[in-house]
Amino acid sequence: MRDCGSVQVRNLWVDLDEFHLRQIDLDVAAGEYFVVLGPTGAGKTVLLETIAGLHQPRKGCILLDGRDVTNVPPERRGIGFVYQDYMLFPHLGVAGNIAFGLKLRRMDRNAIEECMTGISHLLAIDHLLHRRPGTLSGGEQQRVALARALVVEPQLLLLDEPLSALDPGMREGLQRELARLHRELSTTTVHVTHDFEEAVALGDRIAVVNEGRIVQVGSPEEIFRKPDSEFVARFVGVRNIFRGEIRPGEDGYQVLHLDGVEIAVVTNLVGPAHGSIRPEEIVISREPLRSSARNSFRGRIVNIADRGTFVYVTVRIPPDFTCIITRRSLEEMELREGLEVYVSFKASAVHIF
Amino acid sequence: MKTLFADKTRALFAVLGSLLILFIAWPLLRTVTSSSPAVLWQTLLDEEVRDSIGLTFYASLVATGIAFVCGVPLAYLLARADFPGKWLVEGIIDVPIVVPHSAAGIALLMVLGRRTLLGQAFGLFGLKFVSAAPGIVAAMLFVSLSFLVNAAREGFEAVDPRLERVARTLGASPWRAFWRVSFPLAWRSILSGIILMWARGLSEFGAVVILAYHPMVAPVLLYERFESFGLRYSRPVATLMILICLATFAALRLTAHSSPPRSGGFGDN
Repeated sequence: MRDCGSVQVRNLWVDLDEFHLRQIDLDVAAGEYFVVLGPTGAGKTVLLETIAGLHQPRKGCILLDGRDVTNVPPERRGIGFVYQDYMLFPHLGVAGNIAFGLKLRRMDRNAIEECMTGISHLLAIDHLLHRRPGTLSGGEQQRVALARALVVEPQLLLLDEPLSALDPGMREGLQRELARLHRELSTTTVHVTHDFEEAVALGDRIAVVNEGRIVQVGSPEEIFRKPDSEFVARFVGVRNIFRGEIRPGEDGYQVLHLDGVEIAVVTNLVGPAHGSIRPEEIVISREPLRSSARNSFRGRIVNIADRGTFVYVTVRIPPDFTCIITRRSLEEMELREGLEVYVSFKASAVHIF
Repeated sequence: MKTLFADKTRALFAVLGSLLILFIAWPLLRTVTSSSPAVLWQTLLDEEVRDSIGLTFYASLVATGIAFVCGVPLAYLLARADFPGKWLVEGIIDVPIVVPHSAAGIALLMVLGRRTLLGQAFGLFGLKFVSAAPGIVAAMLFVSLSFLVNAAREGFEAVDPRLERVARTLGASPWRAFWRVSFPLAWRSILSGIILMWARGLSEFGAVVILAYHPMVAPVLLYERFESFGLRYSRPVATLMILICLATFAALRLTAHSSPPRSGGFGDN
């Protein structure tokens, strides 16, 4: 087993060109997968680079496993770093890239060989070892970058938008890979992203940052169920996100089981997963609908939130589904809190991740 | 649309451009073909000629070596660091390109001459500049270091600083990150700067002639033969020098282009 460390950031202030971090406080537990979520330009990369020791903070301190490392140079922090665009050394082959950190530790050839075999097996990149980085696909490059960072057994792994440069298919694959790696190695991980679903899928907890400040920290559920500021609510959007288990269903559909509700979905995933449905994809009606929608549930309206032209209606099945309708539909259907209604949506409207 | 004569504009540009190419190539070709191989061989056997060519190559090599040791670190700083007065340093690096080289020679004489403080200090170690090889090295260094420093700086600028950062997180000290990542990645630019600087040093006349007429570097020898004996006698020496320089230059460029690939930047093919 590797050692993994907790991270504490205390009242951190950083000024770097146009990026400013203000009063950052973070507590990441040992073995936790922690996601920092925020829009582009929020200072997320600077935060990671400062934790890695690549920038000196103006004030504040960083503790790794309780040890103050604020003035420790990056090479002695034991932190792995993976950038969005891989940053593989172009003058070295894949094997040379992975062995880079090991050679710096003056390990002997056999030990290096052993570590390389282990990590390339773990990341399924054995067949790429003799290639040059430039000839690899984005997903392969990112696996190599992960291998290079993990092979030196860091106490903490920092991932800077590791999935953003990949095309959607690869992104899904690598996202599951990250989750699997974390289950197997349980290296404390801080992952930065601007993608909410990525954050929900991977994060034990999420910190939302905006303009160099942390605006909310909490479990994924807390973040999207109880956004505690206008910014978080807007950034996260109103969403129906559920965590459940996918089991094979009939007629080519899979079934997402959650809280006793079974939702027909279209996916080739099985096992634990998240499903999300955009509020505008849900149809609300007073009578059961005869339509092509595979999913139809009866529930009770628990909340009606007026947003001007649009109205958010929350229906408790349970779970709670939030749908968006026009003010006119609301008036025509005479919807009010406490009323029993039906919600319907197509299986293909459920995004599984 | 890569065709040279695709339209009238391009045809005109091609004509204008070829005038310049002809202007360079014609005199060189004329000189090179003017002396028979026998005469050239004879010139090569002339000890004075051989000594001066040897001295020229050697002095330029030493100058390039000095510029490499001090100039590559400077280039790295200019590419990576911000500091007050950086613009001034960059300006100073470029100054030798714009001052007349004879003026550069005079300026060097003012600090390295026999009666100057520096001249006397070096004299204590038996190093004299006026009419001596170190003077030639100093003159060559002065007028050609800009080429190496600028090429190396461009090379370092083309290396993503995040590559160094990754190296740091993997356990490399700044020193090792430089040698294992930045330097190899900038190497092709640096090499191309080395070649340029060395070639520029070989051909230096103005600054060298003021600091050290003797011992004679090849350009000075050529000048002396022309002054004393006229065109006929200086021609074979000129031919020989042009041939040797062209050959070395071509050989070095070829080696530089066949060195391992690297990402982006100056001198990439």
